[in-house]
Amino acid sequence: MRPVIPYLVAAALFGLGLYGVLRRRNAVLLLMSVELMLNAVNLILVTADTTVRAALPYTGQTFALFIIVIAAAEVGVGLAIVLHLYRLRASVIVDDVPLGDDADGPLDADPPADDAAVQVDSVAERQEVTR
Amino acid sequence: MTGTDVLLLALGAVAVGAATLVVTTRHIVRAGLYLVGCLGAVAGLYLVLTAELVAWVQVLIYVGAVVVLLLFAVMLTRAPIGAATDLDRPGWPAALIGGGAGLGLAALFVDAYRWSRVDLPDAGTADRLGTAVFGSWVLPFEVLSVLLLSALIGAIVLSRPDVGAAPSPEAGAPPEQAGQPEWTEPGGRG
Repeated sequence: MRPVIPYLVAAALFGLGLYGVLRRRNAVLLLMSVELMLNAVNLILVTADTTVRAALPYTGQTFALFIIVIAAAEVGVGLAIVLHLYRLRASVIVDDVPLGDDADGPLDADPPADDAAVQVDSVAERQEVTR
Repeated sequence: MTGTDVLLLALGAVAVGAATLVVTTRHIVRAGLYLVGCLGAVAGLYLVLTAELVAWVQVLIYVGAVVVLLLFAVMLTRAPIGAATDLDRPGWPAALIGGGAGLGLAALFVDAYRWSRVDLPDAGTADRLGTAVFGSWVLPFEVLSVLLLSALIGAIVLSRPDVGAAPSPEAGAPPEQAGQPEWTEPGGRG
């Protein structure tokens, strides 16, 4: 087995994930790119487990398992944040998220809307007004 | 070039090609499906690299759970079905940084390993990995369980606007969320 092949695949996956994180504006696609980067790290760990004879056996594979668990936790919390963002802003475009003091605009004085579509439209309209 | 190398090359080509489609496609749902292909190919790489348990855990958790969660998010955020034009921002800095990181890592690995070959170790079955986890890595394992619990509670708190919201008597109820009317509380308990 030539270990340089999976290492090169992992390097390509990491580069593609980094490119996706910097390129994409949609928050869900951004999370997918983060998953690509985590998989690249996992692949490096598993390959290193076959090439490096460590004092403790199967350390790389154990760490790959741990990272899979951490990725599951990360994607759970990340998707909760994305859904909350969509609820507040009716958009998951990360470029449109205001930073700073104007970030808490639509949280206050929200009129109760019984229909979901009306709610989304009103949030969008208020966005236009505040801008 | 042995059979193992050919398998590694083929699976690696599938993984890199699917990952390229994930970061370049204009359809959000197709990006999720390409991600399935990429993660499946990486699971195949794990199998060739004798990491059996990691490969099956990858299929179970990544392909089975994480991708389904991502597709749920695609549905709940009402993503456009067809091709979307506003998914990307201008990409030259991203291409520069991503390509630079990828090429730098590749140069590092090529310089470190050249065209050397190693013999594959014994397969990492559930038996051996379980011995490693519960023999040497018990404390990180338990810390991970605490991390999962806190991530679960954090996701619940984030998705319930009435938990931890500041009481505001003139505004009434916190904003109702779209799609889950059973959570709304018009009385404004907040």
